[in-house]
Amino acid sequence: MRFTRTKAVLAVTGLALSLAACGGDDGGPDIEVEAADNLTGVAKELSDRGSIKIGVKYDQPGIGNLEPGSDDPVGFDIEMGKIIAGNLGIAEDDIEWVETISDNREKYLQDGTVDLVIASYSITDERRQVVGQAGPYYVTGQQLLIRKDSEGEINGPDDLANVKVCSVEGSTSLQRVEDEYGASPVPFGTYSECVDQLENKTVDAVTTDGAILLGYAAQNPDELVVVGDAFSEENYGIGYKKDAEGMCEFINETLEESFDDGTWEDAFQATLGGDDVETPEVPELDPCA
Amino acid sequence: MDVLLENWRPILQAFGVTVEMMLAAGLIAMLVGSLLAAMRVSPIPLARAFGTGYVWTVRNTPLLVIMVLFAFGLPEIEVRPELNLNSWLGLETSHRLLNFNVFFIFATAALGLYTAAFVCEALRSGINSVHLGQAEAARAVGMTFTQTLRHIVLPQAFRAVIAPLASVLIAMTKNTSVAVGVGVTEATFMMRKLTNDNATALIAIFLGFALGYMVLVAIISAIANFLERKVKVA
Repeated sequence: MRFTRTKAVLAVTGLALSLAACGGDDGGPDIEVEAADNLTGVAKELSDRGSIKIGVKYDQPGIGNLEPGSDDPVGFDIEMGKIIAGNLGIAEDDIEWVETISDNREKYLQDGTVDLVIASYSITDERRQVVGQAGPYYVTGQQLLIRKDSEGEINGPDDLANVKVCSVEGSTSLQRVEDEYGASPVPFGTYSECVDQLENKTVDAVTTDGAILLGYAAQNPDELVVVGDAFSEENYGIGYKKDAEGMCEFINETLEESFDDGTWEDAFQATLGGDDVETPEVPELDPCA
Repeated sequence: MDVLLENWRPILQAFGVTVEMMLAAGLIAMLVGSLLAAMRVSPIPLARAFGTGYVWTVRNTPLLVIMVLFAFGLPEIEVRPELNLNSWLGLETSHRLLNFNVFFIFATAALGLYTAAFVCEALRSGINSVHLGQAEAARAVGMTFTQTLRHIVLPQAFRAVIAPLASVLIAMTKNTSVAVGVGVTEATFMMRKLTNDNATALIAIFLGFALGYMVLVAIISAIANFLERKVKVA
């Protein structure tokens, strides 16, 4: 059993390598599938196993999103997952995507349901007590999306007192506008539902990370606009089981490589990027403990 | 544990919203449900058809679909009800529990009208449990349809429906948690907020909120038990 699986993996890896040479048909970056040669600990185990389970979001356009009817999620987090897996010698087809929501990311890492979490997972000290978080691979900040007809009335977070502000339930963004700026929070299941409520004038602002909002503003530039500077800093990190030996070093090395050889930039351009969006500077990685 | 204790105020307030929703939706469900039940047993064919049609449609539609229909459909036709009791009562400081925003009203109306179909069926089963001879006797002594229902059938039916009605209301109480997906900041919203922020205390938070819902349900059960004992035939 073990042998056949290893053989199959080798075959698939070879196939993926030859396909990768043809260039990214899906618009994503060309990701090299070859195990790094200095793997240790858990990273080595994963590489030997030849498959990996990655927890991602299914409801965040541009970040991690499963379109109705399609089999695999797409987004920046997904591309990062492919880059990490590629450096373990694991091809795209051997990655099992698992939907994680904000509530179960730590649990899934702790009980081994997933090997990695790449799910717009902001690095915080609190979370680092229970799981490992390497990175950041992306730094973003919270902004506001409003209707053009309220331009001038809402210029930034300080104008939000008692304003109905929509975001996804249980998100840090919604919490911040409520706790720090006195907004009246409106939780919905997804960002697109929030944008609907903004367009039909039932709420007056939508808030989350700027990159996501820019995407919605680009879809409807006549009516919607992103205002104000970012008023928070979110450092997206890659979650792994706490104390997993070798993981942090391996992830940081992989990220560093992707920053240098341009795959990171390609991944950004193919997902969050667009005509109006500049690719940000590469983030500075936190050193491994 | 500490997380729950530190945040007891916002948690209590969030459960306050849940209780408000439960009471308002419960009231709508009981009123509309009784009306529907009366229609379904009435001698007027049109009323019977309407009652049957309502129950058939609403009971066969998922609650979330109805809530989404309200929350996304009504604003399209410029319906955005708000009820701010703070300004109505002339209060100086605005209290959030007295400000019923458009999403609360949509979700509560949807939950009430949804539960009404179940209340109607519970009541109808109670009415059917009253022997036909009772109604015939009432008509024989000259009572009208309304009088028959009010003095003869409903008092007897009420006894039979306490248990199923309590079940319906308990289900409704738990259904209030669906409203977090359509803009209501009730208890489940607060739970999601705390779990997002406190990765180390997930289990304690889940258990704490489960306990909160259990207390609400226990109150309904206790009232039902009390009523059942009170109207029991010796």
